[in-house]
Amino acid sequence: MSEKVLMKGNEVLAESAMRAGCKYFFGYPITPQTELSAYMSKHMPKIGGTFLQAESEVAAINMVYGAAAAGARVMTSSSSPGISLKSEGVSYIAGADLPAVIINVMRGGPGLGSIQPSQSDYWQATKALGHGDFQMVVYAPSTVQEMADYVAKAFDVADEYRTPVMILLDGLLGQMMEPVELPEPKADIPDKPWACTGTKGERAHNVVNSLYLDADLLDQTNRERYERYDKIKAAEQISEEYLCDDADIVVVAFGAAARIARNAVNAAREQGIKAGLFRPITLWPFPVDALEKTVAHARGYLTVEMKMGQMVDDVRLVVAGRAPVVFYGRTGGVIPTPAEVLDAIVAFDQKVGE
Amino acid sequence: MEQKEEKVVFERPDALLPVVTNFCPGCTHGIVHRLVAETIDELGIEGKTVGVTPVGCSVMGYNFFGCDMVEAAHGRAPAVATGIKRVNPDNIVFAYQGDGDLASIGTAETVHAATRGENITIIFINNAIYGMTGGQMAPTSLPHQVTQTSPYGRDTASAGYPVRICEMLSTLDGPAYLERVTVDTPANVRKAKKAIKKAFQNQVDGVGYSLIEVVSTCPTNWGMTPQESFTWMRENMLPYYPLGVYRDVLAEGHESVAAAAAERAKDSKIVAEGGAA
Repeated sequence: MSEKVLMKGNEVLAESAMRAGCKYFFGYPITPQTELSAYMSKHMPKIGGTFLQAESEVAAINMVYGAAAAGARVMTSSSSPGISLKSEGVSYIAGADLPAVIINVMRGGPGLGSIQPSQSDYWQATKALGHGDFQMVVYAPSTVQEMADYVAKAFDVADEYRTPVMILLDGLLGQMMEPVELPEPKADIPDKPWACTGTKGERAHNVVNSLYLDADLLDQTNRERYERYDKIKAAEQISEEYLCDDADIVVVAFGAAARIARNAVNAAREQGIKAGLFRPITLWPFPVDALEKTVAHARGYLTVEMKMGQMVDDVRLVVAGRAPVVFYGRTGGVIPTPAEVLDAIVAFDQKVGE
Repeated sequence: MEQKEEKVVFERPDALLPVVTNFCPGCTHGIVHRLVAETIDELGIEGKTVGVTPVGCSVMGYNFFGCDMVEAAHGRAPAVATGIKRVNPDNIVFAYQGDGDLASIGTAETVHAATRGENITIIFINNAIYGMTGGQMAPTSLPHQVTQTSPYGRDTASAGYPVRICEMLSTLDGPAYLERVTVDTPANVRKAKKAIKKAFQNQVDGVGYSLIEVVSTCPTNWGMTPQESFTWMRENMLPYYPLGVYRDVLAEGHESVAAAAAERAKDSKIVAEGGAA
C-alpha cells in the first residue's frame, strides 16, 4: 500500500477506479457527485483512458453497456434522479451478464428532491433498479478509505460474477475529506473470451444480448443467473459488528448514518445501556448470516436510516418476529444528530425492557 | 453434347450466417442486410467488425450477421456503438436501426453520436412505420398516412410533422458522410451498395461518422403487395425524403471533418486560436 493522502471521497472513488484498471468513464453532470466526473476528466487522458460526458444519463449507461460488451473495465456515476434514468441500462447490463460499476452518491428524494445527503435509494439499489428478475451487488462504504477499497473490490466482483455492482453512498461521504491509502494499481485484469472484440476469423461470433423470444430459454437463463446470485449470497456478505457480542439493543445502520449511530452507541454504553452497532457493508447481499448471530441475545433492533426506514424491512426478514425491530431516521437531506439517535436508543431500551 | 462447366455466379455473402431471417416476404431489410454483408466481405473486415442491432424488426440481426454482435436497448444503438468503438478503435463498428429506434426514442443518441463525430457507421432503415409492433405511426410517417395509431391519417395539427434525419444531421459539424438511398430497382440497389460501402470505407480510413438512410417499405403493415409498396414509396416518400448526398466532407473539398468544422466557425476567436494552451 502507498502512503496516506488527504482526499475527498468523490475523488477517491475516481482514483481508485482508475487504479483498478478502469480506463473508460461515461457520465453526466449532477450534484453531489460532480467532483468524481471532474477528476475523471482531468486524469483519464493522462493514463490513455476515455472520459466522455454523455448527452444524458441514459446514453451514459448505454455507453457503459457497449464498453463492457467490448471487454473493458468501465464505470459511470450519478446521483439519485440520474440513477433512475440509468435503470433501463442497468437492467440490460444484468440481462446480458455484463460486468460494470455504477456509483450512486445519493441525495434526497423523491423527484428532484434535495441536493443534501440521503439514503433513500436503498430499495431501488437492493430490490429493483430496473425491470425484470435481477439483482446487483451493492457496497455501502462509510469512510473514504472504504470508498477506495470497495471500488477496487467492485471491479473484481463484477468481473468474477459478470454482474453490475453499485457503490451506494450519500453526498455527505462524497464531499468528505479523510486520509486514505489508495490501492496499488491492478496489473492483471481477467481475460473475457465472451467479449465482442471481433472474431479475427478464429472463432464463432460472440453475441451480447438480453433478448430471449423462447420463454423456456429465458426461464432457464434467469434460473442460472439466480444460481450465481446464490453463490454471491454465500461468499460476498460483508458487515462490521461493533460492541454487538453482548448487545441488548442492536442498532443497524450503514454509510454515513452508521458513523452517527456509532457515536450514539458509545453514549448509550456510558449510560449503562448495552447497545451495539451492526453495520451492513454489502446491502445486497444483505449480511443475514452475521445479523442472525445477534438474535440469540438481542432484545431489540433499532435501524437508523437517512430515509423512511427501508432497510428495516431487511432486518425484520432476518429477525423474523423473534425481537422487536423499529426504525428511527430523518429524510430529505436532514442528517440525524448523535443526540437524536441516543434519545431513540434510550426510549427503545425502556420499551423493550418493560 | 459438350458438358458445360458449372460456375457460381451468385451466393450468400460470408458475413451473413446460413440461417432463415424473421423478415416478411417483400421486406427490404433482406436486401440491405445483404448489401452490408457484401461490403464486409469485400473490405475483408468481418473479423474485426462488431455490429449493434436495435429494437424493431431487425432486432434479431445478431443471429444473421457472422461478426460479433451486440443487441442494444431501444434507441440506444449509437451510445452502445460509441462504448464499443472507444474501447477498441481498431474495430469496425456499425449500428443498424429503424425509424422508430433512430428518429424517435433514440433521437438524442443519434444527434449526439453524430455531433461527436464518432467514427462509426449507421445504417438507417426509414419505412415510415413501426413494423415489429404491428404498424403504429412512426416519427417518419407522412402527413395523412394511416397507421394503427393514426387511424384517421397522421394529423399534423396534433401529431406534428415527420423528421428528416439526413437534413437535420447535415446541420451538425460532426458527420463526415450522410446519404439517402433506396433499394426499389436494381440501379438503386447498386447505388445503395456504393453508399454503404463508402460509409464503411470511411470508418476504415478514419474519416468519421457516416450514416446511410435507406428509404424502405413495409408491405405487411402498409397492407400492400411489395410492388404496390414501392409505387407508394416512390409517389409519397421520395418527394418528402429526396434521395441524394447530404454531407460528404471529403467530396466537398475539405481535408477532414475537423477542417470543415473549423472553416465554418473561423470567426469564433476560441476556434481560430485553438483553445486553452
